[in-house]
Amino acid sequence: MSKVVVVTSGKGGVGKTTSSASLGAALAQAGQKVVVVDFDVGLRNLDLVMGAERRVVFDLVNVVQGDAKLAQALIRDKRVETLSLLPASQTRDKDALTEEGVGRVIDDLREQFDWVICDSPAGIEKGATLAMRFADLAVVVTNPEVSSVRDSDRIIGLLDSKTQRAESGDRMEKQLLLTRYDPARAARGEMMSVEDVLEILAIPLLGIVSESPDVLSASNVGCPVTLHNPGSPAAQAYSEAARRLMGDNVAVSVPKERQSFMSRLFGRKAVA
Amino acid sequence: MSLLNFFGKGRRSAPVARDRLQLLLAHERGLGGGEDLAAILQQEILAVIAKHIAIDRDRVVVKLDRGDQVSTLEIDIEMPETALPKS
Ligand SMILES: Nc1ncnc2c1ncn2[C@@H]1O[C@H](COP(=O)(O)OP(=O)(O)O)[C@@H](O)[C@H]1O
Ligand SMILES: [Mg+2]
Repeated sequence: MSKVVVVTSGKGGVGKTTSSASLGAALAQAGQKVVVVDFDVGLRNLDLVMGAERRVVFDLVNVVQGDAKLAQALIRDKRVETLSLLPASQTRDKDALTEEGVGRVIDDLREQFDWVICDSPAGIEKGATLAMRFADLAVVVTNPEVSSVRDSDRIIGLLDSKTQRAESGDRMEKQLLLTRYDPARAARGEMMSVEDVLEILAIPLLGIVSESPDVLSASNVGCPVTLHNPGSPAAQAYSEAARRLMGDNVAVSVPKERQSFMSRLFGRKAVA
Repeated sequence: MSLLNFFGKGRRSAPVARDRLQLLLAHERGLGGGEDLAAILQQEILAVIAKHIAIDRDRVVVKLDRGDQVSTLEIDIEMPETALPKS
């Protein structure tokens, strides 16, 4: 049975698009049939992060409005055969997407893919609520930082009230993906710890991705980090999160501070 | 391993990012807020063909690759057997 996953957060810049691409790629690398759908109409970026920007012809809005067939808008990844992308359009028309049209497209995608990953725009407006509307599961992307945690709390409220699942009385499953985590700053008490965030948001933990230069270079070259640098800690965190989504029982490891180059030189341990 | 390599991995990706963006933005700015030329072309080409033969929209494959020197637009239309006169 296929699963529709919304990757959401309320706040912008926390890592939704990065996480959609990386989780999607990791699931596909594990042999699953995956489509990642960019819901950020007007500000599409998933195509760029996945390295497909040169190949976009049609998009989600074209399909919803009936100007293109779904098969014509889907872009097959060149590296992982079972991974596809449905890009967002660059139109500025906020009403380009209708609930009924999006529902139809999601139904069609369910028939072809094991996983439909919906990359939500920031905010709590129509774009974000449409992205979550038909989801079976939400991945709430949060940074260990006050405004991000607050916005995630807000989004959890929307997930429990505005989704089809919630409206029909079903439980909406939500999992926390903590990203841009900095173990050194958390150790120094400058950044909220994993436990702090989990206690406040009170949803199960899907994974922890550290702040990492590997993520930046992966998006520079347009290749999800799980493909570009599979051995990196960020890639491993995403791959493990993907395995948890598939139901594997993998314990979440909290990233430890790595010794800095300078402290190694001087033989000091930086960990407090 | 050269020093450049040692420090390189993260850094060398920046020129790739710049090149990809320059290419993409050149195409996007060319649109002037309007529609993508490739999208317009394929619509008009399909419309011309549809005037002469019935085409099944499900049997049309459009592929695009925007390059810095050349871009390619590939339109693959499956024609019904009856469309072309037999010789
Ligand atoms: N783990 C990480 N380490 C370093 N940079 C990251 C990480 N996750 C995301 N980023 C960067 O943060 C910025 C915003 O990420 P993005 O995925 O576009 O967020 P959103 O989709 O939530 O707006 C991007 O520049 C991205 O490369
Ligand atoms: Mg985004």
